[in-house]
Amino acid sequence: MGQIKSDEVSSQESSQHPLGLYFAVWGLLFVLSAFSYTVDYMQIQGEMRWALIIIFMILKAGFIVWFFMHMKWERLVLSTAILLPPLVLGVFIWLMNIEGNSTYDLRMKYYDIEKTVPYSHHKSDH
Amino acid sequence: MSNDVTANTPDISLAEGGAGLVRDWSADKEVFPVPWGKGMMWIFLLSDTFIFTCFLTAYMNVRVSASDAWPNTSEVFSLNIAGHDIPLILIAIMTFILISSSGTMAMAVNYGYRKDRKRTAALMFVTAIFGASFVGMQVFEWSKLIEEGVRPWSNPMGAEQFGSCFFMITGFHGLHVSLGVIYLLVIARNVHRGDYDETNSYHVVEIAGLYWHFVDLVWVFIFAFFYLW
Repeated sequence: MGQIKSDEVSSQESSQHPLGLYFAVWGLLFVLSAFSYTVDYMQIQGEMRWALIIIFMILKAGFIVWFFMHMKWERLVLSTAILLPPLVLGVFIWLMNIEGNSTYDLRMKYYDIEKTVPYSHHKSDH
Repeated sequence: MSNDVTANTPDISLAEGGAGLVRDWSADKEVFPVPWGKGMMWIFLLSDTFIFTCFLTAYMNVRVSASDAWPNTSEVFSLNIAGHDIPLILIAIMTFILISSSGTMAMAVNYGYRKDRKRTAALMFVTAIFGASFVGMQVFEWSKLIEEGVRPWSNPMGAEQFGSCFFMITGFHGLHVSLGVIYLLVIARNVHRGDYDETNSYHVVEIAGLYWHFVDLVWVFIFAFFYLW
């Protein structure tokens, strides 16, 4: 009985979301994807490229989690339990980035490579 | 049992904000006021987040440390359509297909809670079709790259690590999409048959939706870091 009660509560809450909201989010995701693709199509390079890619990525991910996955309507106890743990991954990514750069430096120091060059120029050396 | 406690004491369970957070964790009742299947799906997705982050972090690590130049993905994934090389076009189409499928899935969840059996099943079926076509394009992409000589250990375009990253990351994501298509079809059949009417358990559709949206979510990161970076 208890289970049915809680299901009724959740069904009442969720059916109140208007369809228009989903269409709006859907459209926004389309537009943001088109922007991401435009970054590549226009061949925007350098820091501008990375900044735009990251901004569009975070916006898209946020819209999906917040509206499509209903995080907006979940209680704080659930959203914090799910969204806070991935933050530790930032430390992992940071450390692996340092490690990768250090490996690169070692390769530059001990391999017979002057610097990163296009593969076509590089191939004849082997 | 604990659900009855929740129902009888709405003053505790409905506390909002930080106070509600503390009450939910400390009160003598279950912590997460959602159907257990939904809670477990979220925890599964959390663990999956860690797996995909490991893949993407490994990719970052080998790309940063590669001494050969990384292949230009814009060129590698371009398609020649009507005499023009259009960069990344197949990947862009795949992205739009997956977003469309997320949209139809969100609508399916909504109609599920309105107990509209026919529309829910139909929308889930459309979602599964989108997912299947996504996998189909991925197969095309894989065969094209394999034909061009891309292998997990070498490729003619640049750094050797490119191949293993590509096959592992897109392969693991494609596996998720394939399993998701089967999962959606099973649930859609159950919905169509009316399995969830008696028990009023249309949250099952929402749980399937969580999984599907997560697959789309992962693609957002793969698209940004692997294809666009």
